[in-house]
Amino acid sequence: MKKLFHAVAAASFALAATLAPAIAAEISGAGATFPYPIYAKWADAYKKETGIGLNYQSIGSGGGIKQIKAKTVTFGASDAPLSGKDLEETGLVQFPMVMGGIVPVVNLDGITAGELVLDGPTVASIFLGEITNWDDPAIKKLNPSAELPNQAIAVVHRSDGSGTTYNFAYYLAEVSENWKSNVGVNTSLQWRVGIGAKGNEGVANNVANTKSSIGYVEFAYALQNKLTYTNMVNKAGKVVAPTSEAFQAAAANADWKSKPGYGVILANQPGDTSWPMTAATWILIYKNPQDPAAAAEALKFFAWCYRNGGKMAEELDYVPMPANVVEDIEKTWAAEIKDASGKPLSATTN
Amino acid sequence: MSAADSFSRLAVFRRLRSRDAVFRILTRTSALGVLMVLGSAIVVLVSGALPALRAFGLAFLTTEMWNPVTEKFGALAPIYGTLVTSAIAMTIAVPVSLMIAVFLTEICPMRLRRPIGIAIELLAGIPSIIYGIWGLFVFAPFLQHTLQPFLIELFGPVPVLSTLFAGPPYGIGILTAGLILAIMVLPFIASISRDVFEAVPPVLKEAAYGVGCTTWEVVRYVVLPYARVGVIGGVMLGLGRALGETMAVTFVIGNAHRVSGSILAPGTTISATIANEFTEAVGDLYSSSLIALGLILFVITFIVLALARYLLMRLEDRVAP
Repeated sequence: MKKLFHAVAAASFALAATLAPAIAAEISGAGATFPYPIYAKWADAYKKETGIGLNYQSIGSGGGIKQIKAKTVTFGASDAPLSGKDLEETGLVQFPMVMGGIVPVVNLDGITAGELVLDGPTVASIFLGEITNWDDPAIKKLNPSAELPNQAIAVVHRSDGSGTTYNFAYYLAEVSENWKSNVGVNTSLQWRVGIGAKGNEGVANNVANTKSSIGYVEFAYALQNKLTYTNMVNKAGKVVAPTSEAFQAAAANADWKSKPGYGVILANQPGDTSWPMTAATWILIYKNPQDPAAAAEALKFFAWCYRNGGKMAEELDYVPMPANVVEDIEKTWAAEIKDASGKPLSATTN
Repeated sequence: MSAADSFSRLAVFRRLRSRDAVFRILTRTSALGVLMVLGSAIVVLVSGALPALRAFGLAFLTTEMWNPVTEKFGALAPIYGTLVTSAIAMTIAVPVSLMIAVFLTEICPMRLRRPIGIAIELLAGIPSIIYGIWGLFVFAPFLQHTLQPFLIELFGPVPVLSTLFAGPPYGIGILTAGLILAIMVLPFIASISRDVFEAVPPVLKEAAYGVGCTTWEVVRYVVLPYARVGVIGGVMLGLGRALGETMAVTFVIGNAHRVSGSILAPGTTISATIANEFTEAVGDLYSSSLIALGLILFVITFIVLALARYLLMRLEDRVAP
């Protein structure tokens, strides 16, 4: 009887302990689909530790920017950084949260992950519709030993605007004059060929379902969907595979302070081991938020992610931000994000 | 006593009259409310679309360009996609649903009528997102491996049809969207047609059978002419749904802003474009162009409904003695 009483007491105590924080507000955010897998993982771990949940809608970077401007969420997330002028006009603070790699994914009989090699100009030509067959000499030249089918290439791209598209186009514009002058760089593009799919998930699904297709997704999506990713020739002319090390190498030399709001694009970085389509993703939050308590909660979560989330990020093949960059970011928070009385909100993080 | 009686009668009448007045006001405001909602929707659409229409003029309707980078937009591809997918859907759905309705009312054994009727109504009740997911994961791969390669092979040597069915077989594209739409509008047309066929007076049919007509002749010369006004109403309802359907189409059409000669190629529709791009339209001209697309869809629907009304009026004139 006494045992039962103890059990009931313990159970109700545990229940009360889990219920109390559940009443606390959820952190709300919206934006990029590129970092969604790692945000979801962090949020899950954070909820177990603190009881505070995250409500993140992965609606695409442009949507994230729109939602934060409309003040319907506490933070926005974008893979395409806002310009210094934009940040000043809107009163937003921007900082990078995590980095990752964009990989070309293909669906070809007999070709396994990492077997095919592509380079920037070839990828640009494929997505411009200039190379239309897998049998093309340009692809053969990069893959002398691979057995490439004589089949039309089915191109799959994003139909919604997306930061993944922005970074992908940014890289192609760096390496292909033709791409730069004919298509350009934006979160949505005028595609010459191919079918459009919604979200990283949509592209992954379409490539998985369509024989002889090529698409581009964030690396975590390629792994989760067991897609055949390709290797790439980087700026130094070396063939690299998409790995954490290759993403890190690209991120290593980035000069984060050179652009306002840490808006450095990591595509086509120098270095023998750098993955050419590396990308960062940013968080947007107001300098003087409408709801300072919610903003403080969000900052607490981000600080926790920087400190405890590195390993989880690596497990999903993202690259955590380097410690010195995190230090700078936290200094930026303390200096810029304040409540109505001018008290820095991030002071409550420790 | 009679004075008091008539007084109370007056009071009752007054109360009844005031109750009627309240009722009249209530119904009138509801009816006028619809007009106001419609009016404000038009005002918002037009004012939202003005920047784009001013920037591109009538060329907005005739250019295929849709470039968010340079902010040059034209609506030709989505208009084309909307019309072609709806046309495919109606070409398939109208005859099939009419046959279903005829079977259910004239030929089907009584025992089977209820289950088939309920199945059709269930088909109408499936949310469009389910059709979209089913279309993407089940139907599109099926078409990609069976119907599309077959069509490409079959019509490859035929001059005009070879452009209409040019590959590669993506699985998704205009044809797939049209087929999904056909399945989606079929229950609407079928169940309305069944209802109007059932309303055909049995005396007429019995008389026709009595003079030795076959079932085909009864359907062709008695049932269809009697019910055609209702059938056209059902067809228009289905067409309205096909023109505006968003979610299912977005999943399977391929979302490419191109006018292609081949119906196997990916395309886009007005509603799919709006659903895909609205959250991302950052520039003013971009959002305005999307709203202009909405206005165009509104106008297309209006034209279709007006045509249907006109057709019905002419039919009624002819049917009336």
